[in-house]
Amino acid sequence: MAVIFVLWLREIKKYLRSRVQIVASLGGPLMYLGVLGFGLGPVFRRAGEGSYLQFMAPGVIGMAVLFTAMFSGIAMLWDRQFGFLKETLVAPVPRLAIMIGRTLGGATVAVLQGALIFVVALIAGFRPVSVLAVPLAFFVIVLIAVVFAALATAIGSTIKEMQGFQMVMNFLVMPIFFLSGAIYPLQGLPRVLAALTRIDPLTYGVDGVRGLLIGSAYFGVGVDLAVLFGVGVLFVAAGAWRFSRIEA
Amino acid sequence: MSDRPIIRVQHGVKSFGKVTAVNDVSFDVRAGEIFAFLGPNGAGKTTTIKMLTTLLRPTTGSLELDGLDVTTHPMEVRKRFGVVFQDPSLDSDLTAWENMDIHGVLYHVPRQVRRERCEALLRMFELWERRDDLVKTFSGGMKRRLEIARGLLHTPKVLFLDEPTLGLDPQSRNQMWTHVRSLNQTERVTVFLTTHYMDEADRVADRIAVIDHGRIVATGSSAELKAQTGTDSLEAAFLALTGTTIRDESATAADQMRQVARVWRR
Repeated sequence: MAVIFVLWLREIKKYLRSRVQIVASLGGPLMYLGVLGFGLGPVFRRAGEGSYLQFMAPGVIGMAVLFTAMFSGIAMLWDRQFGFLKETLVAPVPRLAIMIGRTLGGATVAVLQGALIFVVALIAGFRPVSVLAVPLAFFVIVLIAVVFAALATAIGSTIKEMQGFQMVMNFLVMPIFFLSGAIYPLQGLPRVLAALTRIDPLTYGVDGVRGLLIGSAYFGVGVDLAVLFGVGVLFVAAGAWRFSRIEA
Repeated sequence: MSDRPIIRVQHGVKSFGKVTAVNDVSFDVRAGEIFAFLGPNGAGKTTTIKMLTTLLRPTTGSLELDGLDVTTHPMEVRKRFGVVFQDPSLDSDLTAWENMDIHGVLYHVPRQVRRERCEALLRMFELWERRDDLVKTFSGGMKRRLEIARGLLHTPKVLFLDEPTLGLDPQSRNQMWTHVRSLNQTERVTVFLTTHYMDEADRVADRIAVIDHGRIVATGSSAELKAQTGTDSLEAAFLALTGTTIRDESATAADQMRQVARVWRR
């Protein structure tokens, strides 16, 4: 337990110390929220869908959580050769404890980042339908963070070369974001796209947050929670398995 | 000095696909001695250390540390050694003290002992004044010293040093070896080091194993190796044993990352 705690705390300390990085990482989501949110707002409204900012804020929160969580795992690649990871791998502690500490740390940082975007969205004019639903929405955000931090751990334990990082960004992280319905509604999509959105775990995450914050879920919050939980268990198991097999 | 070897390797083999990095290596390291693995690049030094430190599984053969098999008792073995890898393994976004403290937690050192040991070691390695500074502000030599201090925190029986002086200036190298030798005396820790600098092996090691192409070609004290090859310097003995051919390795993923690391120099 002490081991898990100290590794978790390490991730949090590092996050809080990297102020420049925090500000830099706000750039992407702010661009989506500001430029797309206000730029496409009039079109969205004319289509009879209401406020685009209102619709998109949960999607952008999901995006921030996804990117932060994935990045924490990919940093492992570097860490394994030039960093602290090797120090933990030769310590007399179970690999599982190390994996859990790291993954929880990465997930916590992702949640903090999501919370930051939530605040920014509030400033931009986003209004949740019910204040009471906000804690529940954060529960969904925690699930999203765990799902992707665990996936990142699995990937970070598997790939060996830095080039792999680009592959993961372009062929995994970006599709996960664009297929999640973070920036468009899931209703009436072409069949292929609809099928793809359904196999993307982030779809359920964004849908759940949207359901709780603006009261319109496509699948229903119950379904969203169940899927996220199931995928979370699967990915944590996969992450633990891959991590246990790292040879440095 | 006891007679029981603290490290015993018998017919150790490690292959990566078609490449055999370590090919049927056998040697003993006696408790309390400074033992040097001397060899050209790509000879199998680091692979041997990685097997002994439980990071790589040997393909075949038996490796024992303090009488324990490293593949079947990795946890027990890990408690008994400290290691400084060729590439840094400090967290450069944490302070020196935090790096030490986390290590203490990972090795289950009780809080009070942890504080005392951390302070004693940081003082010994002349890092006490800088304990609350982030490691990324440290020089190469300071980082190496901190890694050694950290590796000793849990009072290991064996300290592995994989090319500890690589990239250090002569002053830092000199200081490093003075530290290592005094540690060997005061902490009674067995030191297993790798190097390709002849003068370093000559100066600090009680016994030297010369390794080349994954095989041990000679073992003995510096004087014995010189006598065996009929040469008057360890360098001449080394060349007599390993030949003069330049070793060109193909670059690995780690080498490519090292290139990037050099550019970014964190």
